[in-house]
Amino acid sequence: MKLSEAMRIAWEAILKNKVRAFLTMLGIIIGVAAVIIMVAISAGTEATIQEQITSLGSNLLFVQSSFTRGGPGEGGGGSGGLVYDDATAIQNEISGVAAVVVEQNTSQTVKNGSTQLDDVAIVGSSPGLPTVRDIKVASGRYFNDADVQRKQKVAVLGYTLAKELFGDSNPIGQYVSVGTTKLAVIGVMAEKGSVGGTDFDSRLYTPITVVFQKFTPARFARIVGNRVFMITVEVDSSATINDVITQINLLLVKRHKLTLETADFAVTTQADIINTRESTTAAFRNLLAWVAGVSLIVGGIGIMNIMLVSVTERTREIGIRQSVGATPNDIRLQFLIEALLLSIVGGLIGTIVGMGGSYIFGLVSDMRTVIQPASVFLAFGSAAVVGIFFGYYPANQASQLDPIEALHYE
Amino acid sequence: MNSKKIIETLDIAKVFGMGDASVAALKGISMEINAGEFVAIMGPSGSGKSTLMHILGCLSQPTSGQYILDGEDVSNLNKVELAHIRNKKIGFVFQAYNLLSRTTALRNVTLPLLYDHSKSSTFDEGEEKAKAMLELVGLSDRMQHQPQELSGGQQQRVAIARALINDPVLVIADEPTGNLDSHSGVEIMNLLHKLHEQGTTIVIVTHDQKIAEHTQRTVHLIDGLINNVIHNGKKVLA
Repeated sequence: MKLSEAMRIAWEAILKNKVRAFLTMLGIIIGVAAVIIMVAISAGTEATIQEQITSLGSNLLFVQSSFTRGGPGEGGGGSGGLVYDDATAIQNEISGVAAVVVEQNTSQTVKNGSTQLDDVAIVGSSPGLPTVRDIKVASGRYFNDADVQRKQKVAVLGYTLAKELFGDSNPIGQYVSVGTTKLAVIGVMAEKGSVGGTDFDSRLYTPITVVFQKFTPARFARIVGNRVFMITVEVDSSATINDVITQINLLLVKRHKLTLETADFAVTTQADIINTRESTTAAFRNLLAWVAGVSLIVGGIGIMNIMLVSVTERTREIGIRQSVGATPNDIRLQFLIEALLLSIVGGLIGTIVGMGGSYIFGLVSDMRTVIQPASVFLAFGSAAVVGIFFGYYPANQASQLDPIEALHYE
Repeated sequence: MNSKKIIETLDIAKVFGMGDASVAALKGISMEINAGEFVAIMGPSGSGKSTLMHILGCLSQPTSGQYILDGEDVSNLNKVELAHIRNKKIGFVFQAYNLLSRTTALRNVTLPLLYDHSKSSTFDEGEEKAKAMLELVGLSDRMQHQPQELSGGQQQRVAIARALINDPVLVIADEPTGNLDSHSGVEIMNLLHKLHEQGTTIVIVTHDQKIAEHTQRTVHLIDGLINNVIHNGKKVLA
């Protein structure tokens, strides 16, 4: 039999049972769409991470308190982790440091008149934060060294926060209540969006000294200094980054009266963070690929199921074809092509759904999606392979039917 | 009429099952049917007439003995070769018509042409011939109808057209009037007579004496053996 005729017969058989054909294809449609969407999501995540590398600059070091050994207050060396003065020491004593920014975060209720927002992230920082973190001030100004030293009660609002508190009116020169403290608004940050799960636009920035005094008073601050969660260090050039790390380690160990083995802080580079993120993303992507692959196989089993039912139902038709001279190969080819057509059409619909779904998902959620042409071809190709693989068994069953039994099948 | 042998069987036997459970459906059939003959095979149920028909139609093979069809020994062919023989040399007409549902009469008639491996054609290429066959059976105005839109008699005529399209050397009709009312039955028998007069070799399997009497010769089977052969004495061509 000519291949074109076999395709025509198979196509007509599918058209005679449109609903069933659609249900059969559903597994393949979902499988293919899942592969495309999943890969688009993980590719989008990776693209976002790539952008973070460029947007944050590559010369940053993060010094963070770590309590993995001992723990705070357990005596060890009399250190309570990172303190504000550590940052000053790094700034003054280590060569190759361009800027040091200290952050101490808290969350407070923020009010403007009757507008009240709970759990707003309050970022206490030193003046260098906009430069180091690459955030622009849209209007007004950021606080300076003098504001920090004098513990000026001033605030710079994130873009969204300013909108929520003040609507369209100009917040600069007005006051907001943070907890029980009134702060004068001196600036509004430019829109930055979310990077790595942090929404930069809904934060409130205030001098770190204000946070120490008003929001996170420490009992022994006068003796051991004000504790800080993180010190961000900008290095002059990426070439000296390892040298600076060593200097910071030695300096802080000495200041905290510890050894390198018992250090209560950790220095990480941006590359470290990105590597961690990327390996997480890779694991995530592999998991998604497996899940999507499994759904393709399930789809294939669905096709096999329906084809087996179809062969049984059409036993008589098979007998008729055999009686007029169809060979086992003719019968096998007919059913194999039918399974293949089902999976290819399913693959096509799945591709459309997957690409459309990726696009819509990217629009409605805050995750980015980037459609990967390779994933489209891979998913579509897998669908065809699945069709042949799972279509062969039923087709072979059909071809082995005895003509007499098939003809008398009721 | 020439006396070329279309069917020649030598001591054909067919045994189903193995060992103690085996049943011999045919116990040694030797018969000859010449080109242009119109023969009936009769017998009560269980006599082996269906088994014989399946063997004559190359749908199955004898356990022992030889079957020579149109000068070719087909007793030991494989599945594929048998399919080719069915396609080229045999036309079937079944009691239940056995047309493909939801497929037009024209398509049904072209079906055997698709499986003609020597010059496999498409529906379109076979269409002219199929139209001619449908005209021959008097259904030129029903070509685009599907089986469920046709009467039983019309469906059987489509089946006959399908049986003839590959110019078979033998048409085997299994109870062709069994599902029909008497009027349609007569029409179908008249059509078979017409084909016979045009030279087609026809073997009809039936349990109906009246149908058998239409033929030249009736082969009676009982218990897997030929009981007797009756020459019906009419319509015997010289």
